[in-house]
Amino acid sequence: MAELGAVAQKVRSKNAGPFWLTIDIFCGDSDAFERLSAALDSARVAALYRVDVSQMRRFDIPELNVVKFSFPRPTVQGTAADRDMHGAGWSVLIEEMEIG
Amino acid sequence: MTRVLIPTGALGLTYDRDALARGVANGPDIIAVDGGSTDSGPSYLGRGVSKYSRATTKAEWRDLMLARAEAGVPLVIGTAGTCGADSAVDWLYEITVELATELGQKLKVVRLYSGQMPSAVAEALQAGTVTPLSGAPLVDADTVRSCTNIVALAGVEQIRAAIDTGADIVIAGRTTDTAIIAALPIARNCDAGAAWHGAKVGECGALATTNPASGVIQIDFDETGFTIEPLGRTARATPYTVSAHMLYENTDPFILYEPGGHLDVTGSRYTAVDDRRVRVEGSVWVPGLYTVKLEGARVAGCQVVSLTLLRDRRYVENARIWADDIANRCRQIAADRTGLSQAEFTIEMRLIGQDATLGPLETGRIVPTEIGVLSIVTAPTEAQAAEIGKILNPYLLHHALTEDEPMPTFAFPFSPAEMTRGAVYEFCLHHIMALDDPMAIFRLEVTEVGHG
Repeated sequence: MAELGAVAQKVRSKNAGPFWLTIDIFCGDSDAFERLSAALDSARVAALYRVDVSQMRRFDIPELNVVKFSFPRPTVQGTAADRDMHGAGWSVLIEEMEIG
Repeated sequence: MTRVLIPTGALGLTYDRDALARGVANGPDIIAVDGGSTDSGPSYLGRGVSKYSRATTKAEWRDLMLARAEAGVPLVIGTAGTCGADSAVDWLYEITVELATELGQKLKVVRLYSGQMPSAVAEALQAGTVTPLSGAPLVDADTVRSCTNIVALAGVEQIRAAIDTGADIVIAGRTTDTAIIAALPIARNCDAGAAWHGAKVGECGALATTNPASGVIQIDFDETGFTIEPLGRTARATPYTVSAHMLYENTDPFILYEPGGHLDVTGSRYTAVDDRRVRVEGSVWVPGLYTVKLEGARVAGCQVVSLTLLRDRRYVENARIWADDIANRCRQIAADRTGLSQAEFTIEMRLIGQDATLGPLETGRIVPTEIGVLSIVTAPTEAQAAEIGKILNPYLLHHALTEDEPMPTFAFPFSPAEMTRGAVYEFCLHHIMALDDPMAIFRLEVTEVGHG
């Protein structure tokens, strides 16, 4: 077991407009990509962010060694309930996720 | 070939002046810079103001106006004043008029307005010509009418109309980030797929290179593709940095929707020209219905916040219980004293050091040395928010975890304890509007300014 952040080169989350969040997992090389692409369970990622997995879009991109998730923001950007205007803090939930 | 010089990802972020000079010396056909984004939140659009300081904006715009004069080509800014509302366009126009006088420049300045009347958008919503995108909030005509600002995102057609007036400077309201870069290459019959793709790669300045802070890049567009070259001395574009940029702030890394169609980069080929420049070919523009995206913001209440610091270990360990107890007591008291129902206001306690960033999603369990308690009151009016903020204060100062202990006192960094944030705004449109004529809801204002 390891934290995903220890295997990946970088994990970045950002707004994709005020209503969507996108998370890019830069694996660094093809070995890490294959390991993380296989280990990442979309339903588990959706549960971390408490979003419906049917609303989650996933892209496994071997050319870039990137796994990308996009889904509606857990809170709409800038509403009274929102905590993170740029959505950059949400990446840590994936970084700290234990993977096999 | 059409050469576009891009000084920075956004006016106000600063850029490398030497690299800009190299770009001017390379003989660009246009200088294009982005002026905004929704990324800093709804307040700027709601109020129609810029995020960046006037002095900084003026200093950076001044150097771009000098670069324009030296290059003898148009200077175009999109999404002026962060939000691209009409008032933000006029704000940058005033700065431009001041600078034209100070610099002794005689200029044709064209303003492209993107602002929309909320009542007209409400009617279009009811008529079915405004429709929601995936993830849009549920809105009705009344919600739309309550917006303080609504803007439509212009594409290349509107930018081209502004350039075609013979403008020296185009100050555009809200545009897509890419339109200001793609407009001239498309007008000159460069490949449309290359134009939009290059524009997406270039819209953040040097972010798609190894040295994002250097800012300045140039992109050459032609009939089969585009070539990107960073102008900062240490910056390099590589096939990886360029291809990976389609990921950035983009839901789908292969498809980008724009007014009048979409870009598909599934088959794009990225080739290193040398160790600094990258050539891209094979990007495809797929024409579709002509629609423009709408953004709107409206007042969502008034806010008062305060900050209390917990350093006592027992209070740090029990901070959530302590904070929730205060909030629950004060909700009842506030309802009794203001006459508001508990559904009309919120009291939220964010524990900085424990869960302030992620809230209920937080999975970390480390007990910190201290906790900042950020109390956030949101109520319909500023006076009500202020009242409720003050109701919280004695509890934040002295509330004890148990009844049988000496009265504690907690640290406050400020006097007064409460900070008034005024009106807070929310985005309430994530919709598109279908147009028969791209210029139908945009307006051009052409003015001769300054003296030479």
